[in-house]
Amino acid sequence: MKALIAAGLIALASTAAQAETPTLTVYTYDSFVASWGPGPAVKKAFEPICHCHLNFVATGDGAALLSRVKLEGKHTKADVVLGLDTSLTADAAATGLFADHGPLPKLDLPIKWTDPVFVPFDYGWFAFVYDKTKVKDVPKSFPELAKTNLKVVIEDPRSSTPGLGLLYWVKDVYGDKAGEIWKSLKHNILTVTPSWDAAYGMFTKGEADMVLSYTTSPAYHLIEEKDATKGAALFTKGNYMEVEVAAKLKSSKHQKLADEFLSFMTTDAFQKIIPETNWMYPVIKLKDGLPKGFDEYHPTKTLFLAPEKAKALRDSALAEWRDALSR
Amino acid sequence: MARRAEPLIRVAGGAAGGLLAALTLGTLAAVAANATGVARLDPADLAALRFTLVQAGLSALLSVALAVPVARALARRSFPGRGVLVALMGAPFILPVIVAILGLLAIFGRGGMVNAALGALGLPGVTIYGFWGVILGNVFFNLPLAVRLILQGWLAIPAERFRLAAALGFGPREVARLIERPMLRAVAPGACLAIFLICLTSFAIALTLGGGPAATTIELSIYQAFRFDFDLGRAALLAGLQFGLCAIATLVALKLTLPEAALAGLDRPVRRWDADALALRALDAVAIGLAGLFLVLPLLAVALSGAAALPGLPAEVWTAALRSLAVALASAAICAVVALALGLARSRGVGRWLDLAGMLPLAASPLVLGTGLFILIDPVADPAALALPVTALVNALLALPFAMRALLPALQQIEATQGRLADSLDLPALARLRLVTLPRLRRPLGFTLGLAAALSMGDLGVITLFAGSDGATLPLEIYRLMGAYRMAEADGAALLLLILSLALFWIFDRGGRVNAEA
Repeated sequence: MKALIAAGLIALASTAAQAETPTLTVYTYDSFVASWGPGPAVKKAFEPICHCHLNFVATGDGAALLSRVKLEGKHTKADVVLGLDTSLTADAAATGLFADHGPLPKLDLPIKWTDPVFVPFDYGWFAFVYDKTKVKDVPKSFPELAKTNLKVVIEDPRSSTPGLGLLYWVKDVYGDKAGEIWKSLKHNILTVTPSWDAAYGMFTKGEADMVLSYTTSPAYHLIEEKDATKGAALFTKGNYMEVEVAAKLKSSKHQKLADEFLSFMTTDAFQKIIPETNWMYPVIKLKDGLPKGFDEYHPTKTLFLAPEKAKALRDSALAEWRDALSR
Repeated sequence: MARRAEPLIRVAGGAAGGLLAALTLGTLAAVAANATGVARLDPADLAALRFTLVQAGLSALLSVALAVPVARALARRSFPGRGVLVALMGAPFILPVIVAILGLLAIFGRGGMVNAALGALGLPGVTIYGFWGVILGNVFFNLPLAVRLILQGWLAIPAERFRLAAALGFGPREVARLIERPMLRAVAPGACLAIFLICLTSFAIALTLGGGPAATTIELSIYQAFRFDFDLGRAALLAGLQFGLCAIATLVALKLTLPEAALAGLDRPVRRWDADALALRALDAVAIGLAGLFLVLPLLAVALSGAAALPGLPAEVWTAALRSLAVALASAAICAVVALALGLARSRGVGRWLDLAGMLPLAASPLVLGTGLFILIDPVADPAALALPVTALVNALLALPFAMRALLPALQQIEATQGRLADSLDLPALARLRLVTLPRLRRPLGFTLGLAAALSMGDLGVITLFAGSDGATLPLEIYRLMGAYRMAEADGAALLLLILSLALFWIFDRGGRVNAEA
């Protein structure tokens, strides 16, 4: 076995030495690299510009992505990590593995972006998505939802980033009263799933009236399935925002190329791929505007906790959530 | 007996046991070695521990209790479509968890068939979400496994015993007391143990059907420790706790297991003179009918929702399917070899510790195992390049406990009935394997290969941690489709997975039974 591994290593090393064009390795989440995701189009657009190979490595979801980088530490093969979200960036920054980014172009984000390390590449708002043919009185707040008998599926904040986003959403709006809000929602919560895909699957199969997803989910059904029956509930006190980011590793041997990639990420060539492959909003104004359906559910107010603040609140908010729903 | 075991068998058995220990305890140690700081359990962990034990214990007992009448009915009846039913019944176990849950919800869910029927009759609906939903889900997943393991036990009873029983004028009662119950004492504790351990280390079923954070298992805490806290020490501690529970449960099961008193048979087909009474036929029909409905209806729901998308699946799904087939075949071969090495050693009385080693993979936290392997492999090789071989190996080991349950009783019986003759002839080890053991092992070996292949086909395994941008297996592709809103295509891919897994199981299981009717 050892001899086999050694032989493999030698083979790998020799092919790497022969290659003249440099390879930029980008760790990302699974759905980014699928043929229907942004990955293939990004690769096609970037490789002719950089004269390099762009190698995406899929590592599961966003949280798994960060674990992977922490596991590999300074020896990571990643040059760039793409796909962390703002509920994870405080943890990621604390590792000290990531380098500051260069100057950014003018961004079109609902908040002012000041993070020196992480570069945003898309964003979206969490929302309860529903079937318009079934849900007529759409609740406009958590207390209104609690007054209905609507059944919702949510994701577990301990295993899923949308679940964590919902936790921060309630905490941000209701502060010390968040626990009471969760208690009042208990009869609405059909179940808690480990991940977004399970929750959304249950919703599409008609098991639940609403599911915690994104304001852009209806646009997917409209564009890909020509199905205009899905809606996203906008809450009067606002919807919580998630920003997805990328950053360069300090340990990368291709610092210049990594910078080039991060710059490319905020150009029209990259950003125009995002809406209809990742189903999120681009972070700059696109030359050709947004696809149809993306304007339909625009929250009146954006809720957002700064990553450091979110991190500090996490454990107590989790305990509150668990206690309220465990009864 | 131990003196008789040839050195070759000792070495092979020890190597197989060592491999298992390295992959389960070794990966745990690798994770623990990378931890910083000391981990402690908090009160929430104790609540999770209690919930985990109760749901796993109850699910195991119920699955086995319900499996006995079904396996008995299948063992003593032959009817058209029996083989297909047995193959189909194994399907829940091989589907990706979320796909099987969605199938289950199509029947028992809020908008499912049962509630639709109740509503049509003007009756109040029932909710699946809650403690009993978790148990229902676990039984749905594990009843087929219990039926198959116990059915193997029934089929291993030589026809001559029933012949003798009939000659002695035994009724069903005497047959049950003197033949069937001792067999169950030999087989049921092992089946119970296996299911207990499966439920111990799963979290998706419990969480999704449990309706909220009250249904938190230890595995979810491990998940959380890894992903959000990156607390390797805590993950290792919790995973160690699972191994501790595994060790205790295995010892209990061994205490309860009765070694089977083996009698020689001439490998004739079984005829059951004792079970001809009309009442018994009706009982068996009910058992088979109910179990069939319970297990097949949700699968039908999966198949129906997938049929439309099947022909138009994206090309990467098909290549992923090919990759999964290759992994499944490799996995089945590895599993059979390791199981045979362990089984031969055990049947010749070598090392009781091998019994525990054989159960370890079931108690291993998939996340800890994958991460540990990653820590061990990453410094020496590119994990993405080894993704498929590692997946095949890990899948093989995860199937091993079931393989052992199927092979060991048969091997012990062969040893007890043919061993002395083989000894007196002084047959060399390989000739003995070829002439004595393998021919009598065809049925359980075919079953083992089929089960291992099917399990590997459906297992997400460690591939999520190892796969690069390409190189996904079919279950991973299903998750990727679901993760990108593509539910219809995910349904189609799940149907493809179902078809391929069943075909693999059926081919191997059939292969093991060629000439069985002669």
